[in-house]
Amino acid sequence: MLEKALTGGPGYRAWMAFLLAVFATGLFFYLRQLELGLGVTGMSRDVSWGLYIAQFTFLVGIAASAVMLVLPYYLHDYQAFGKITVLGEFLAVASVIMCGLFIFVNLGQSPRVLFVILHAQPKSVLFWDMFVLNVYLVLNIITGWTVLGCDRKGVPPPRWVRPLIYLSIPWAISIHTMTAFIYAGLPGRSFWLTALMAPRFLAAAFASGPALLILICLVLKKWADFDAGEKAIQALARIVAYALAVSIFFVLVELFTVFYSGIPEHQEHFRYLYAGIDGHGNLVPWMWMSAVLAVGALAALIHPRARKNERVLAAACAAVFAAFWIEKGLGLVVTGFVPSPLGSVTEYAPTGPEIAVALGVWAAGFLVLSVLYRVFVAVRREAGSVEPSAEGLRNGP
Amino acid sequence: MRSNRREFLKIAGVSALTLLVPAVLPPVRAAGNPSAPVAAARQASSPLQPLTAGRWALAVDLSKCSADCTDCTTACHQVHNVPALGNPGHEVKWIWREPFPAVFPGETHAWTGESLRRMRPPVLCNHCANPPCVRVCPTGATFQRPDGIVMMDYHRCIGCKICLAACPYGARSINFRDPRPFVQKLNPDYPTRTKGVIEKCNFCEERLARGLEPACVEACRQKALVFGDVEDPRSEIRLLLEKRVALRRRASLGTLPQVYYLL
Ligand code: SF4
Ligand code: SF4
Repeated sequence: MLEKALTGGPGYRAWMAFLLAVFATGLFFYLRQLELGLGVTGMSRDVSWGLYIAQFTFLVGIAASAVMLVLPYYLHDYQAFGKITVLGEFLAVASVIMCGLFIFVNLGQSPRVLFVILHAQPKSVLFWDMFVLNVYLVLNIITGWTVLGCDRKGVPPPRWVRPLIYLSIPWAISIHTMTAFIYAGLPGRSFWLTALMAPRFLAAAFASGPALLILICLVLKKWADFDAGEKAIQALARIVAYALAVSIFFVLVELFTVFYSGIPEHQEHFRYLYAGIDGHGNLVPWMWMSAVLAVGALAALIHPRARKNERVLAAACAAVFAAFWIEKGLGLVVTGFVPSPLGSVTEYAPTGPEIAVALGVWAAGFLVLSVLYRVFVAVRREAGSVEPSAEGLRNGP
Repeated sequence: MRSNRREFLKIAGVSALTLLVPAVLPPVRAAGNPSAPVAAARQASSPLQPLTAGRWALAVDLSKCSADCTDCTTACHQVHNVPALGNPGHEVKWIWREPFPAVFPGETHAWTGESLRRMRPPVLCNHCANPPCVRVCPTGATFQRPDGIVMMDYHRCIGCKICLAACPYGARSINFRDPRPFVQKLNPDYPTRTKGVIEKCNFCEERLARGLEPACVEACRQKALVFGDVEDPRSEIRLLLEKRVALRRRASLGTLPQVYYLL
């Protein structure tokens, strides 16, 4: 099937060429980082994780969100998702690949990355995170590819994929929970030391992932002649609305706990985020923007008429995606380090090379995604109006 | 920032070489440290027996420690080839001073006297008995010896930096660049590090193996630093801990720090 990715119109080719150029630029700057050390980034002794790990954290959420299609379709027999479940699985594949790359470029000694396996430490959450992410990647490649391949031939998918699909449901939860545990289990980092971390991560993931999928479906409808169907898109939009509401609620719960308890150490980080401390407030405008985008999007999404308007829906989904990208992709990681254990406020700002590397990783992800979606669209178009054969899988004995 | 980048370019050639070497070397873990062979060789020729303990600890007598003295830092950083980078964000620090309110935020209040506020206790890795840095390390590059010393295997560290996030004391540093050009006076008896790896105080395990006390303890003219075995009831450090009030940094976190500050 992969050969289908090699053909495409001028638009597709231009898009791929653009992605390749961004990726090549990122690679160039990564090689410089490899040569000179992490000093080319904006990270410091006090803020030792930055853009890379933040992107990783955000993308684990996008990867986990595939479950929002798989679960209703395979567990609740929600037919409308039949056409696009594979889209979710392929999005997960591309996201996990980006996660891996972000971890990789964040290492001070990336050539030693295999030590995580060679000297595996079962007490380290990072080890388990790597493990669950890799298994999740394999699960989604196998299930997505197999189901799509069978659709192409017009045969029901083999019986053996079903357990894999079921397994991928709790597994999706596990990848984001494990990522939350990287943060939530650390003493002395009060910003992260909250049992709400994993639930918050999941709620954010189930809002931002489906929001991205809606945007992708709208793009495919307009430019790739693939219509996911009004019903599926509206169902996704409702998922985004609920998850967004839960997510905002979680943030408010966190704020209450921190500020009503009045423990200074816990308050400081939130102060840094939303008001700045001692004149340091790099993130303040971003965080307020994120808050406004999230609340605005919620207003649009809970209103049925607004949600049904494709333009409003697209804008709301873009807002949700941006809001959570800011929250997790910028704010969450850095703020855990500010103020430092010794009370100093060191600000962090990514450098040019760091941003170039990050964009390069995103480009790599979108390259994978474009190839997979190109195959998907071609197969679905060939299959024409034939209903996806995963039907047979679902209804099988 | 800008001049740093220029310096980076200058040392790029050297960096490129050091990049490959550590990746190719098998992870050394003999006695947990690449300096082990050196230490062992010394031991053979040294008349002194290695110092051993059930659990090593350090006491800092704040009544003797004067705020403007840098003897311990200088001595430690010299023996261990700690680079002087000049850039505060990239600094490598093993033992250094911080103002009392920063070291003990929980013990400082609105009426804390000037004499306390003016103090600048030395801070270093606490060699926690329950070290979170060891728990989180995905490769075992950070590990703990039975005598409590929390060690770094520079050859096994991948530079993931989760240990920097996990240490609640800011006791760890990462080499943001090749540290070698910044070592002022090279001590050939101790290894230099490569870029991208973590380092921190090692309680001078290489000196203990040769029967010597830690460099900071030896260098302290005020005798404000006392190093010893807290599991030995007759040790000097135990006698001090019995008599005096001692603070530990962020003791409520349960990491069980083994650096005690005597009031
Ligand atoms: S002080 Fe920090 S680096 Fe040292 S043992 Fe404790 S947690 Fe680890
Ligand atoms: S940076 Fe090195 S020492 Fe720290 S956790 Fe990672 S591998 Fe272990």
